[in-house]
Amino acid sequence: MSEPRYTSLRERHESLGAAFTDFGGWLMPVRYASDLAEHHAVREAAGLFDISHMAEFWVHDGRAADFLDYALAGRVSALPVGKAKYSFVLADDGGIVDDVIVYRTAEEYFLVIANAGNRAAVAGALDAALAAWARVHAFLDGPVEGDFASVLGGELPRVEDVSDQTALLAVQGPRARDIVEATAGIDITGTALADLGYYAWTGGTFAGASLFVARTGYTGEDGLELLVPNRVAVALWDALLTAGEPFGLVPAGLAARDTLRLEAGMPLYGHELSRTVVPAQAGLARAVAPDKDDFVGKDGLAADTADRPVLVGLVSGGKRAGRAGYAVYDGDTRVGEVTSGALSPTLQHPIALAFVSPESSSLGTELAIDVRGTRIPATVTALPFYRRKK
Amino acid sequence: MTDLDALSYTAEHEWIASDDAVATVGITDFAADKLGDVVFVDLPAVGSVVAAAEVCGEIESTKSVGELYAPLSGEVVEINDAVVDDPSLVNSDPFGDGWLLKIRVDSSASADLLDRAAYVALTGGAA
Repeated sequence: MSEPRYTSLRERHESLGAAFTDFGGWLMPVRYASDLAEHHAVREAAGLFDISHMAEFWVHDGRAADFLDYALAGRVSALPVGKAKYSFVLADDGGIVDDVIVYRTAEEYFLVIANAGNRAAVAGALDAALAAWARVHAFLDGPVEGDFASVLGGELPRVEDVSDQTALLAVQGPRARDIVEATAGIDITGTALADLGYYAWTGGTFAGASLFVARTGYTGEDGLELLVPNRVAVALWDALLTAGEPFGLVPAGLAARDTLRLEAGMPLYGHELSRTVVPAQAGLARAVAPDKDDFVGKDGLAADTADRPVLVGLVSGGKRAGRAGYAVYDGDTRVGEVTSGALSPTLQHPIALAFVSPESSSLGTELAIDVRGTRIPATVTALPFYRRKK
Repeated sequence: MTDLDALSYTAEHEWIASDDAVATVGITDFAADKLGDVVFVDLPAVGSVVAAAEVCGEIESTKSVGELYAPLSGEVVEINDAVVDDPSLVNSDPFGDGWLLKIRVDSSASADLLDRAAYVALTGGAA
């Protein structure tokens, strides 16, 4: 492994007193002062997250939409320009290589945002998919003589990893839009933020640099994610904090991000999602379009996975939370394992996500989590645990 | 302000304030910062006997679980009910209102405690 890296905002985090944690090969702020205060700020006002560790790929030109229909699990070609979609990079056996958000920025232009720790895996998967897709289409369109790319000519899309050149800041919480609208130097030239739908993006400039703003997030609150070139990252961070101060904006770290996403029932790669989990197990079959002609993982997903463990939400009383790796019991039988758990800061009782056998997964089933030797009763409940008021 | 130099410490990040035969125990600000916001503390029952260097409770934050080690052997004579009700006291005032328990020390048992300088050195100067 290479040395952990810092984002362009390292100095800002240090001067704010952040504690750092290694996440996906990056040293990221885990909290500034209080993870609970940061959590509550996001639910009640807004939090500012540096998520520049995340990986960004542009997939563009040629038949980019057709290619992404092949490379990703969802039907990307059906996504309107201006909108975003949650999707998967799958392995041939249907296991999840990564979960991603795809933004369509033009007819044949897409931004794919992937998890930091999966950057190399996603880059490799997109490259492999591109080669396979090119071979298939070159053959169909052929006859092939020489290299496939030459047959496809201008139809071959390009994949560019711009993760090292870009910073991504998330403003999340009910006041997010007010804050971004009030931020000096931001000029939205596309759809006005007031008219921007959920899972949609707009464009503009910040301090003379390109600005991409998406109404997406990972907290269960309304919010915006802002992508800029690294060179203006510090200026944007400062401008957002300044504009956000009257609205209650606070910098927030990965500890709060984790409890926020858990309350919202959102999976975290490495916990709920992995190479050995297919989307249906995690309740995410809706992000797969199995009737597409061909896509990476299609054959694997055709296998019967009905007897595999499924992801459920568990709620308990008291204060003792199940945590990743703790065993889950149905009576005396061990039926699964917790993948994420915490004492919910918003709900004030323990919540957990767990993979359990299908027979023990019905809503209302009374299970128990082995919390360091004590069986804590836990009830299977509908996700999300927390849903924001409209 | 608590005089931190007057306290004893353990390598498990507890502090000990000794007053006659009764020792008051808490965790250090360094440990509290590492844990993050404490949301649950599980303390031994009053009247129970604890043994030095053995686990006698738990301190949970949103992100992690820390075990509480008894720094000394003896009988638990009091626990801090306020911290059970409001575990955030461990973060906001670790050396004061965030104290955890009081032990009537069994003087026949040996104890392996650190002074302030040794404890600060143990944390690499971060405490």
